[in-house]
Amino acid sequence: MKHVDISLHVRGEARFIDDEPAPEGLLHAAVFSSPISHGKIKNLDVSAALKESGVRAVFTAGDIPGENQIGNIIQDEELLAENQVHFIGQPIALVVADSGDSARRALNKINIDIEELPAVFDPRQAFAKGDLIAPPRTFSLGDTDAVWSECEHIIEGRADSGGQEHVYLETQASLAIPTEDHGVRLHTGTQSLSLVQKIVARVLALPMHNVEVDTVRLGGAFGGKEDQATAWAGLAALAAFKLNRPVKLVLRRGDDMRMTGKRHPYSSDFKIGLAKDGAILAWEARIYQNAGASADLSTAILERTLFHVTNSYFIPNVKVTATSCRTNLPPNTAFRGFGGPQAMFLIESAIFKAAEVMGVDPAIIQKKNLLNEGDQFPYGMRAKNCHARPCWDVVENKYSIKNRRMEIEQFNGEHEWHKKGLAMMPICFGISFTSTFLNQASALVHIYQDGTISVSTAAVEMGQGVKTKIAGIAARVFSIDPQRVRVESTNTRRTANMSPTAASTGADMNGQATKLACEDILARLKQRAAAHLAADASAIDIRDETVFLRGAKTDLRWDELITLTYMDRKSLSAQAHYATPKIYFDKTKEKGEPFAYHVFGTAAVEATVDCLRGTYTIDSVKLVHDVGESLNPNVDRGQIEGGVVQGIGWMTIEELMHSENGKLLTDSLTTYKVPDIHFAPDIEIEFLQDSKNPPGPFHSKAIGEPPLMYGIGAYFAIAGAMKAFRKDVQFEFDSPMTPEKVLMALYRE
Amino acid sequence: MQRKNISTFILNNEKVAKALPPGMVVLDYLRQVRRMTGTKEGCREGDCGACMVLLGRIENGQLRYQAVNSCLLPISELDGRHLVTIEGLNTDSFNPIQQSFIDESASQCGFCTPGMVVSLTGFYLNSNELSPQQAVAALDGNICRCTGYTSIKRAANVLAKQAEKSLAESDDLQRIQLLVDQKILPSYFLTIYDRLLELQKPQESVAPGASPFVAGGTDLFVQKPEALLDADLQLLTRDKKLAEIKIENDSCIIGAAVTVEQLQNSPILNDLLPCLRDDLKLVSSTPIRHRATLGGNIINASPIGDLTIIFLALDADLVLDDGAHRRVVSLKDFFLDYKKLDKKENELLEWVQFPIPPKSSLFHFEKVSKRTHLDIASVNSAIRLQMDGDVIAEAHLSAGGVAPIPLYLSKTAAFLRGKSISPATVKEAAEIALSEISPISDVRGSAAYKRLLLRHMIFAHFDALFPGRFNKEALL
Repeated sequence: MKHVDISLHVRGEARFIDDEPAPEGLLHAAVFSSPISHGKIKNLDVSAALKESGVRAVFTAGDIPGENQIGNIIQDEELLAENQVHFIGQPIALVVADSGDSARRALNKINIDIEELPAVFDPRQAFAKGDLIAPPRTFSLGDTDAVWSECEHIIEGRADSGGQEHVYLETQASLAIPTEDHGVRLHTGTQSLSLVQKIVARVLALPMHNVEVDTVRLGGAFGGKEDQATAWAGLAALAAFKLNRPVKLVLRRGDDMRMTGKRHPYSSDFKIGLAKDGAILAWEARIYQNAGASADLSTAILERTLFHVTNSYFIPNVKVTATSCRTNLPPNTAFRGFGGPQAMFLIESAIFKAAEVMGVDPAIIQKKNLLNEGDQFPYGMRAKNCHARPCWDVVENKYSIKNRRMEIEQFNGEHEWHKKGLAMMPICFGISFTSTFLNQASALVHIYQDGTISVSTAAVEMGQGVKTKIAGIAARVFSIDPQRVRVESTNTRRTANMSPTAASTGADMNGQATKLACEDILARLKQRAAAHLAADASAIDIRDETVFLRGAKTDLRWDELITLTYMDRKSLSAQAHYATPKIYFDKTKEKGEPFAYHVFGTAAVEATVDCLRGTYTIDSVKLVHDVGESLNPNVDRGQIEGGVVQGIGWMTIEELMHSENGKLLTDSLTTYKVPDIHFAPDIEIEFLQDSKNPPGPFHSKAIGEPPLMYGIGAYFAIAGAMKAFRKDVQFEFDSPMTPEKVLMALYRE
Repeated sequence: MQRKNISTFILNNEKVAKALPPGMVVLDYLRQVRRMTGTKEGCREGDCGACMVLLGRIENGQLRYQAVNSCLLPISELDGRHLVTIEGLNTDSFNPIQQSFIDESASQCGFCTPGMVVSLTGFYLNSNELSPQQAVAALDGNICRCTGYTSIKRAANVLAKQAEKSLAESDDLQRIQLLVDQKILPSYFLTIYDRLLELQKPQESVAPGASPFVAGGTDLFVQKPEALLDADLQLLTRDKKLAEIKIENDSCIIGAAVTVEQLQNSPILNDLLPCLRDDLKLVSSTPIRHRATLGGNIINASPIGDLTIIFLALDADLVLDDGAHRRVVSLKDFFLDYKKLDKKENELLEWVQFPIPPKSSLFHFEKVSKRTHLDIASVNSAIRLQMDGDVIAEAHLSAGGVAPIPLYLSKTAAFLRGKSISPATVKEAAEIALSEISPISDVRGSAAYKRLLLRHMIFAHFDALFPGRFNKEALL
């Protein structure tokens, strides 16, 4: 089954926010934002902007009828800065005009006087000053202090990972339309509709039922539209509400890059202790997360970092402390992996460094310490259906890794300037929101009189294929042609109290809810068929749109059965709620069973470095991934391929650079480079065979985030190649590994 | 009051004659004026390809199409031409490109997909080699953030394999006929040639002295689109004499409005500098190379302009004309300071000319950027040597990204003349080069990196020109 919208995509007929036909009287908005990283607003004068041709209004904090507060987990973020600004790009005023160009032109006429205050951009500095988003948290297992003396090797070091701009191709956008009863209807590019609904209601002092949010599809999101879509929806809603006119706000690329948060940069110190045979006995780290100016999702992201500090390894003694530090950058936010990739980069750096000290390939240590069934994670949960080792073993065999290593060694011997490296990258990623209450979803299913089906859920389609999977689930439960199923836009009027489409759980939870709702209707359909065929409902099943009685095909077809059920005045609709069972987490003890299950996999990543020029190519990624029983192999394959390349980008060429005063220098696609078609490596994918996953719908597994972390292997493949050129090369474990860093490291005196 | 000129062109299957601001970019015309939303806005600087369109024109009697970024294309460029958007490629059924994207699941969020389909249509219409590599290369200006490109490469492979072998040998109208037969193009394309001939011909020469001059616009429309919106643009690409490449009196003469693509495809240049064609693949992307010009690259005066660096090493001269008189200035002397030129406001760069290098002449170009394709160099460098046995008879060396201007490394070049090829010569040349430069730290890299990079580029030049002569130990 293909992506349900692909026939619209290829014709350019899929509508994104800015493609919607303009409602009558539409106005356009543009955002005036802070030019200073930290300061007190002494004076704000918008009068000249108001006089510009086409300008209808300029809104500032004082115009907000409700609360000027868009923070979710922690309420520390204003919609429009009132007295202080905390980062360059923080919204201060909104200009509304007849056209986007007029609104943008008028921005230059706003005068602001800001008294500059000292700004901090480094999380360690913020930590030293005590400027924290929340108190530090520590996960521990065993007793590290007790085992250092038993360790043959103790290696300490530091690892830093850079941020990452989402570069969703569709920028942040929202269209707000006032309703007859003084509410607003929003078409918004968000992963989190209920959050937008809640915040807009709070900002406008409206009851939530007077705010409708609808999302058809997102042109990419990757976490960047989980909490960070809210501000733009809030601003459009404010203007629409005040002016009683439809208002559209679409960020230009540069504004989007300057004003929105990114993947969190991390800086960490580590200490790892190993036995002579490479077994990791102890693992300690202190992690400093660069949260930016307000909390956004930072605390939740930090929590997931802690959950993944041991990646795919069992380590009996662990003590890791992590702190979310407040700095004067845009609030950093969710990005595919949600703190997990940063944790994995940290431990992989430690393993690489340990391997250097021990004079072995990092793969020896990696393999030695892979999780086995029943092994305990630092948060108390035990590995169940653990496929860490099977994935690794299949990679080694299927892709003849031993041979590849020999071939690489030969290549390196024969080439003076070009060197190859191969890195293994195992992953283990927990599935569920780590905030347990978010693990709920619902679905509303209607069957119409012609036998076609409408499904509404809380899942937002952003390219990840969730609609396709949900349509497949509905079609599978009813055993009908998927063409009969339409998965609707996501809408707060059809689905209430939605969790964000995030944490890779969209298809899992909304799929389960869809399955429950469909099963509910199916039971009624079977009863009706049984009555029609004068049999017991237990003797009925539906296959390929036909009713079977005790395994024998009848003349009763799907369409007729629907008509019969309708004429019998039975409901052809159902709503179902799904809450992931059994999971819990006790934050006072930092122990629990936070995940429904784990996703496993291993990748072998190869790179070639041109050691004269410092440039490199990522040649191939060959991987085995545990998809369970895939709901849709096309979708899962695409998610793996996309995740891998995004992860490689994060590790290699995607580099965020700021000026000394916190101005983003890489604020365009000219200066911030994401992988292009030539950069992307060849990717070979094998699904792990015979993998069952009882907690997933039809034994499937979540797919969105985990593959990104295979990309971390690219860093170490490059590092391996560099070592082949210069044995004593010193690594700073400071990602991304740009060509500049490669060359400078290779020729450092 | 906004200036509006009547623009006359064909949009898909529809003739348009409308008063429009001449400097409005086609993307805005499509999305805002026409509300044709299949063409997407992703970056407005030619770096993502979501806004890709095809521009068709009759050139030397041939109807030619090229994929171009509509965000950098002014409306006035449409006069007398055929603008094709994704809507103009759609028919009742999926065309083979669309079908291959469906078959290979080569679309996820769908935002970049229409641009990809347009680029691949450009590949069928334009590519002189219908290989899978060329199909992939046709997508070098399209960014996708979802798929990781693997499925897109699969689709491109399938399409290249399906392509009629006869396409590459066909003339323009035969090719269009073949593509219509294969349902890659809608049948109305068969009528376009005659319909374009019926359109009023736009003015086809540029008067020196009048400005603003716009060549490909690929930098100007990034830098100051607002200022150009209402301006009476002097489109240099309209002037045929500025688009010529010819040989006269032992010089190669290149019109300032010659595009990068024309440089790549020029039989004259392929003969004089066989490696240039591949070197120029490192310049931006396919759609930008369709528009960006030699003159634009020089006048833009970016210290890192790839073409400028190449032509510095070719010892090129510029011919400037202010309408009253014409003068020649050496490219080496043209750049006075950062973005400051030895050029009067109303002077028009007409020609770039360089002495034909002897057949035995050696040329090499180096470029390092964060991303190999569609990126701006951290440092680039070009070298041209004339050997007399093992002795360097003549040397020209340039470097970009290491000074406020595109730099001709005159001391290094002077040093090289008369030297024999040896590791010592190369190492000393590199040291002298480092004494000539003054790089700054910026988004393209730190000053220290740029110094190291230039040193290594000089090694790389000699390693490439004299393969096997320099081992690692000798150089480092």
